[in-house]
Amino acid sequence: MPVILQGIVTILIGVGGCVAYFYVSNYVLDRFIFPAKGENIGRNINRANAVRPWLFLFPAIFVLGLYLVYPVVGSFVRSLYGRDPEVFVGLGNYTQLFGSETFQIAFLNNLGWVIVVPAASTFIGLVAAQLTDKLSWGSFAKSMIFMPMAISFVGASLIWKFVYANDAEIGLINAIRAAMGFDDPIDVLQIPFWNNLFLMVILIWIQTGFAMVILAAALRGIPDETIEAAILDGANPWQLFFRIKVPQIMPTILVVWTTITVLVLKVFDIVYTMTGGNFDTEILPSYMMDFMFRDDGRATAIAFVIMIVVLPVMFWNIRQARREMR
Amino acid sequence: MDNIAGQKSSLAWATNISVVALVLLWLIPTVGLLVSSLRERDQISESGWWKAPFPVELTARGRTGTQAAPDGDAFVVTGNIYDDEEARTYFPDGGGDVVAFGTRGVDPTEFAAGTTADLGDGESLTVNADGTYRWVTPEDPGDRGQRVYFAAQSPPEFTLGNYRQVLTADNMDRAFVNTLTVTIPATVIPILIAAFAAYALAWMDFPGRGLLIALVVGLLVVPLQLALVPMLNLHNRIGIGQSFMGIWFAHTAFGMPLAVYLIRNYMAGLPRDIIESARVDGATDFELFVRIVLPLSLPALAAFSIFQFLWTWNDLLVAKVFLPSDDASKVMTVKIADDLLGSRGGDWGILATAAFVSIAVPIAVFFAMQRFFVRGLLAGSVK
Repeated sequence: MPVILQGIVTILIGVGGCVAYFYVSNYVLDRFIFPAKGENIGRNINRANAVRPWLFLFPAIFVLGLYLVYPVVGSFVRSLYGRDPEVFVGLGNYTQLFGSETFQIAFLNNLGWVIVVPAASTFIGLVAAQLTDKLSWGSFAKSMIFMPMAISFVGASLIWKFVYANDAEIGLINAIRAAMGFDDPIDVLQIPFWNNLFLMVILIWIQTGFAMVILAAALRGIPDETIEAAILDGANPWQLFFRIKVPQIMPTILVVWTTITVLVLKVFDIVYTMTGGNFDTEILPSYMMDFMFRDDGRATAIAFVIMIVVLPVMFWNIRQARREMR
Repeated sequence: MDNIAGQKSSLAWATNISVVALVLLWLIPTVGLLVSSLRERDQISESGWWKAPFPVELTARGRTGTQAAPDGDAFVVTGNIYDDEEARTYFPDGGGDVVAFGTRGVDPTEFAAGTTADLGDGESLTVNADGTYRWVTPEDPGDRGQRVYFAAQSPPEFTLGNYRQVLTADNMDRAFVNTLTVTIPATVIPILIAAFAAYALAWMDFPGRGLLIALVVGLLVVPLQLALVPMLNLHNRIGIGQSFMGIWFAHTAFGMPLAVYLIRNYMAGLPRDIIESARVDGATDFELFVRIVLPLSLPALAAFSIFQFLWTWNDLLVAKVFLPSDDASKVMTVKIADDLLGSRGGDWGILATAAFVSIAVPIAVFFAMQRFFVRGLLAGSVK
């Protein structure tokens, strides 16, 4: 297989190239540019140490700059042009988008996803974390709930096709309906409004494990004294959980919440594989894929709208990170 | 600490039961997929996977033989319906008990097995549970036997046939190899680049360090979608185009913020004494990094590799954009989403099997390395 060979060569070149780059650039810096000897030894060592961080950082900064910083600008610029990259349309793509019905549906649906999925995942994750905390088989239970994290969105969608299928002999939901006496199978993915929720369930199923694992660690980190004190004061288990534990892990809950929110805004796979955006289930990332390869101007405009929606989360994250570093 | 005296046992019961329910709820969909992938394809559409251990009732049709023996003024044809070639095609592994039979397509299960059906004009047909029949007809049947519809219990059958087909036909084997080809370089290459940068951000002092860390945190949430069009255009301009080379670069870059962030967090938590004392002993930053910090950071590197592996293996978006859409370079996710779901939406056996093949490797990696994975998650989001 020539492609495999190409892959192996790439690994060798990639890793070997990195090692060579870091080694040689350091060597050159220390030996030739600012040698730690001769009359300027002190000054040279200082200068070498001032340059070295940038040697270490250069490859990472280069790829980050090229693939993530430049596109923010590049996408915005491209979104000002029409399908034909030569024709400047200003904000035409945006006004067209906001006027189009599909975009409005996608935007509203996306809003629904952003509200429901993080809330449900975090809540169920929190409950699961608390319930499994003291169980003897808790770690096994956690593994099982956590497992969907390893499954691709495409794989997960297929798994759920076997739940939603429009056939009482394949889809679990219709089988349950049939058992309850409804004869006609329904396609749950075609029921307006509710179909969005059925799609969200798939992502909640995947993300709950993530929330659970992190919140379980946070619950373990709560100082025992506060809990003991609450018990001595006569708190019942509910009060203990909602009044004592939850407030103490609130920062972690927020981190989990925002992480899932950001993820929700990127996922197009589920809608793409389950409904293809039909039956009013379009969301922004899947809507963008409709234009990908067809109309770069519109595609980048949608991407930029997603970026703007993410922006508050980004600032919040940066603020948190800076505060933690003091 | 949670267990308040006197409430212990009832609360423990409630907890156990709710967790069992939760785990079942979470497992059932995946189990369904696994069971379905192991079933005969005919059976999948006949009964739900939850009925897999039970026999399935299949409706089939065949013809009686024509070897008639005269009996008075009538002719009698006897034989076994399973000897008929057409009927046998429905039951490749031998038929089960016949439950009912009929002679008209509109009502294939008109008569119960073992009873004698009066077909009018002195004609009658009996089909027994074991498939033997007796057809009495007033006229010589000539070379045309009587059409028989029947429903038979087909025993539950499990097979690896779906896997054989998925892995050898349909280019799925190719897609599997392609996925591996995308995943491995895209996992290996970013690690070293990120580790060096993480070290600089954690333990070297230079102006703009705080700003760079903030930038990395910011880039963590930049939607990938933004990069698709500009980078594909750039790839086209510099001659990489849609290729494996391009997707390796793309995955390397898209994984970089998480890699730097995660590894930096871990490195920053290493004991200061070790690093200071090595510096005092005259180690340069390069030596310090290679000899001390890198080996100590292996857990973080492992955590990131698992993340990146799962992410690249499971990715659909980047593969759709940065890889050509011909059959030779499709990865599994694209193959399933575009080919199998599109043109063969009804072939549940193949769908289930393909899905299971594509999720088996990540799940194996996940269970083998769960410890590192969890540690990485925690380093990434809790402090």
